[in-house]
Order: sequence, then structure tokens, then C-alpha cells
Amino acid sequence: MQNVRELMIKKAGEMLSSGEVYGVLAWERGDFACDQTPALFTSPESLSRLAYDEFTAPMLSKYLINEAKKPNEGKKVMVFLKPCDTYNFGHLLSEHKVERDRVYAVGVACSGIFSREKTLLEKCLACKGMEFHHCDEVIGGEGKITWDKLDRFAGVEMIESMTPSERFEFWRGELSRCIRCNACRNVCPVCSCVKCVFDNPGSGVMSKSNADEFEENMFHIIRAFHVAGRCTDCGECSRVCPRNIPLHLLNRKFIKDVNALFGPYQAGASLDDASPLTSYSVNDPEPGYKDKAKGGERVA
Amino acid sequence: MLKILMSDIGRLFERLSSVGTLYLPIEGGGQTAFAPWRAGADVQLDRVNTDLSVKGLFFPQTEDIAFFKREGKKISVLPSSDPDEPFAVFGVRACDVRGLEVLDKVFLDDPAHMDTFYKGRRENGALIALACSSPAETCFCGAFGVDLAEPSGDVAAWIVDNTLYWEAKTQRGERLTEAVRPVMAEQSGTSAVDASKKAARDALAAAPLASLKDSLSAWGANDMLTLFSSPLWANLSMSCVGCGTCTYVCPTCQCYDVQDFDTGHGVTRFRCWDSCMYSDFTLMASGNPRKTQLERFRQRFMHKLVYFPEKYGGMFSCTGCGRCLSKCPVSMNIAKVIKAVGGVENG
Ligand code: SF4
Ligand code: SF4
Ligand code: SF4
Repeated sequence: MQNVRELMIKKAGEMLSSGEVYGVLAWERGDFACDQTPALFTSPESLSRLAYDEFTAPMLSKYLINEAKKPNEGKKVMVFLKPCDTYNFGHLLSEHKVERDRVYAVGVACSGIFSREKTLLEKCLACKGMEFHHCDEVIGGEGKITWDKLDRFAGVEMIESMTPSERFEFWRGELSRCIRCNACRNVCPVCSCVKCVFDNPGSGVMSKSNADEFEENMFHIIRAFHVAGRCTDCGECSRVCPRNIPLHLLNRKFIKDVNALFGPYQAGASLDDASPLTSYSVNDPEPGYKDKAKGGERVA
Repeated sequence: MLKILMSDIGRLFERLSSVGTLYLPIEGGGQTAFAPWRAGADVQLDRVNTDLSVKGLFFPQTEDIAFFKREGKKISVLPSSDPDEPFAVFGVRACDVRGLEVLDKVFLDDPAHMDTFYKGRRENGALIALACSSPAETCFCGAFGVDLAEPSGDVAAWIVDNTLYWEAKTQRGERLTEAVRPVMAEQSGTSAVDASKKAARDALAAAPLASLKDSLSAWGANDMLTLFSSPLWANLSMSCVGCGTCTYVCPTCQCYDVQDFDTGHGVTRFRCWDSCMYSDFTLMASGNPRKTQLERFRQRFMHKLVYFPEKYGGMFSCTGCGRCLSKCPVSMNIAKVIKAVGGVENG
């Protein structure tokens, strides 16, 4: 990783010195492990503060929404993307939230990210793979998964096997801890609406607290539905939740169902495919009903 | 000073809960938060700080203020009554006790405008504070003059090896002591806890943020305009995603919003925590007066480190509990702000 960091500094220094990019989105070191902050480096001298190691958790692609819009004489911004973040980048490109021409995207090798407690993050245990997408170049090459991988859908299957009332109890228990800090929404690269419905005081629902249990559920249900078919499973929501709520389980349920009904789909992997939930073909399955003519037996 | 073996601690909790509801740091969903004690609860006294501060027991995240009921053309207003249920909180750390002292300034300082809800809870809630023996890497309470080994509160407690020591600090603490005396033994002198106090203070002095207090001299009410106009805010705020995490986990953040909830049969007016980091904070007809995240971010730290000390005789409204350090999604936090604007590089 030390070596990767040095290569990153070298590349960033070259790009800044040549004036090809106006800034470099990377991470700045902090006071201890798990204390690194996303930062925009604009001078080669400042790069000694660049950090990259097994505690570098935050993703950078969402910052491109703002950075790639800044005039800066039309110059590009350079960004470092971990493999899982390249899907987020792809997603933002496909929804035209980021203009590809304004970004110099550099993939950086990853060897898994650790928490403050020095354990591998859940999202890394369930890593989707170390390939890079949509990058201009890659530093450090494709990493290797050296740990026992967790089955990404095991948690979802566990919940599917519950009775409806057990499932309801499970989610009530988890969501009752939610403090509506909106961290899950605000770090999410897919939650990039210019104005979230929950931030609209005219919508009649609160964004800053749960007026009652119903609102607590509703926030999460609406968010899960709105990212369905778009969520890249980057795991940021679960990572940042200060209340340790397993939000990835909601998203992975949708991913699992989309895969089963429409065929394997990974959001953000390709810029060409329309997402299964935003395109229509006559052969599309009707997930709620198996055969309407026969009285509409429910499936899934 | 009284003492009790940790293996008997359940008996102490039983006595305390006879006085009123007893709140303790209880494990749930991989976290600890203050929750009502019941036999068999997973009480966590080892972890330094609860994931949520004690603030919520005195200033809950949502709280009803009044109910409006309409009958024909008549609207009746039923105000909520002030809280008067006695309760006790066990295991509050020194930084969280300071947090309440900060909230006292805001809610109780002005006799003409006391917050009666908060006042009701403060008058009815007893604090049994627990000294820290091994601070986390994110702790910097010392920078604000909080002594981790000598917490204020109605009672101070120390856990050394397998024994809990107990010392009343206020009259209310004396009354609690009478209630628990039957299950405790006398301990003469304080030598049993002195070594542990020293070890705790030494550990804090060796923690990564021990030097933070040197940067604090740049803060306070000194030079408001210079701090406000510092060019550093742009870079510091760049990474902030504008969530409310730091505000909601903070033991001193006190801003709230007042909202109406249509119950279908009437209207409940309630207040709820708000965050200066949110885009709809102090929203008015012309919009949010702080239009950019830079301005919102700056507000949080100017309030804690400049405006608050300006108004309340130099008291900072940060306690160094470190929650915002460990919880911020992007690890941007008050320690970094204090240092950067105070002229020190972090790391
Ligand atoms: S991050 Fe966690 S606590 Fe915050 S709003 Fe999301 S689920 Fe709730
Ligand atoms: S400083 Fe961190 S926790 Fe606070 S609002 Fe910004 S991103 Fe959220
Ligand atoms: S600003 Fe952070 S460290 Fe200070 S009291 Fe609030 S949560 Fe704790």
C-alpha cells in the first residue's frame, strides 16, 4: 500500500505540475487510523499529506458532482477510485450527473478496508471484485481478495426465511435505532437528487427526526425503493451509519430480486445498458403476479 | 466512600431502580446507549463512551409541546405537562456531565426564559458519573479542562479491578447513597482509587489529541471576525456531506426545530433536534440564510468555539467526547478544525 501511495503522489504531482488537471480528489491524513478525510489537492507541495492505506474508507466519486462542474477554464479534475467506487462513477456518468470529459479517473489498488476496531468492513468481506471500470488508468494493478469471502446474499436469505411477523420485528428493531442523521443518504452516490423529497418542508414528512414509527419506516422504505436497480452495493450507507443499522440488507434484497427476475445486473458496470427498472420490454416479468389470467398468484 | 464488588453490581442497580427509572449504558445492535435497566440487560461499563450521549435523556430528540384539538369552530390547546418523574442515570462519563453543564447554560441560565421541559428533567434526574480508566484515541476532554478521573455529578464512581467505589458529591447524591448503603461496604480513605486516577490521566496525556489544547488559544471570543473570515473554511468544509451525524451524537448541540404533526384527529406540536449542517436549518421565507455548506459547517464550529464562549464567560461548548471524530462519515471533525485554524497541521 505504501508503494501504491507513492505512485499516487507521483502521478498526482505530474498531473498538477503539467496543468492538465486543476485539482486532485484524494484523501488527507489525520491523527490516527480511520481518520482520513477526502480532500482536493491543488498543489504538488501539498501532496505529502496524501494518505492511502487499509483504513482509507470514504469514497470520492460523489464529490465529482460538484468538482466536475467547476469552471476552472474547462480543466479536468483528477480522482482516485477504488474498485467498488468505479461502479459509483459509472452510475453517476450514466445518469449524467458527472461529465466524463471533465474527469481524469485513476483506479487505485485495494486490499480491503479495516474499521477502527481493526476488522475488515462487511462491504469488503462481501467484495464484488477488484476489477476497475471507466478509468483512464490504474495504479497498483488489480488487487486480490485474500480473505474468506462472505456470501453477499446470505443475510438477505436469512431474512427471506423469516415469517412476515419475524421480519417486521427484525426491521422494527433495527430501524428503531435510526436517528435520522441522513448520513446514509448523504454519502450515497445514488442519492444525488438536487433536492431530496425529505428536505422539502412542503412534503409533509420530516427529514430531521421521526415524528412516529411510521415515518421511521417510511424514510428507509422510500430510500430503498428509490435506489432499487441503481444501488451499486458500494456499502457506504452501512459503513457510515452511526447507529449500526444494516442498510445493505435492504439494498441487496432489491439487487437479488432484480438479478432473479431480469438476469444478473450490476449497476454502474456498463454505461450502455439501461437499468432493468428504468427500461421496458414486452417480455418484462410482472414480479407481483405470476399469471394474472389465473387469478394472480403472488410470487417473490 | 462506599464500595461493592462488581460481581454484586446487580444488587446496586436494583436499589437504584427503586428510586426511579434507572438508565444505564446498555448494549443493543452492536452499540451502547442509555436505556432503562431491567434484570438481564447487557450493561456495558467497559466501553468509554456510549454511541449516543446522555443528552437525549434530558433533551429528547423529539418531544411534544402541545396538542391542538378542533371541535367545530373551536380550537382548544392542551399544553404538555412538565416532566416530573424521578430517574437516575448510571455510568455517565465526565465529558457527558460537562455536556449537561453546557446545556444548563442554554436552557436554564436566563430565569425569565427557562426551558421548563429540560428543567423538569434536570431536577428529577440524578447523575451517577463513572470515571474513565482508559480513554479512547478520540478522547480530548482534557483540552476543555474536564478531568476524566474526577467526574462531577451527584455521585462519582470508579471501577478498579473488581470493585466499584462510590462517593456522593451533592445533596441528591447523599440521598442516593442512603438508598444504596444497605448493599454496599464502607471504604476508608481514597488510596484504592488514587493509582487508577493517575493512570487514567497519564493515558489521556499520551493520547493522540493531547496537544489539542495548545491550539485552543487561537479560539474563544478573541477575534471573531478573523476566525470567521479565515480562508481555511473552504478546504475544511469541502469534504462535509452535510449530514447531521456530528450534531446528533454531540452531547452539547442544542438547536431544535418546532414542527406540527397532523394526527388525523388534531395537531401535535413538537420540537425535535435540528442540525446547522442541514440545508433546511432555520429556513425562512427567503430560504436558508446560510446558503452553502461552507457557511453551515463554519457555523457549527464558530458556535462551539467562539460564540458560546463569548456569551458564557469563556466556556467552550465542546467537551472533547470524541463522538463526532469516530462517527463522521468522512472523518472531518472539530479536532481538525481547532488545529487547522489554530495554525497546527494534523497528523
Ligand atoms: S445513517 Fe443510520 S441513523 Fe442516520 S439516517 Fe441513515 S439509517 Fe438512520
Ligand atoms: S462534519 Fe461529518 S458528521 Fe458533521 S455534517 Fe459534515 S459529514 Fe456529517
Ligand atoms: S463537538 Fe464532537 S467532540 Fe465536541 S462535544 Fe460535540 S461530539 Fe463531542
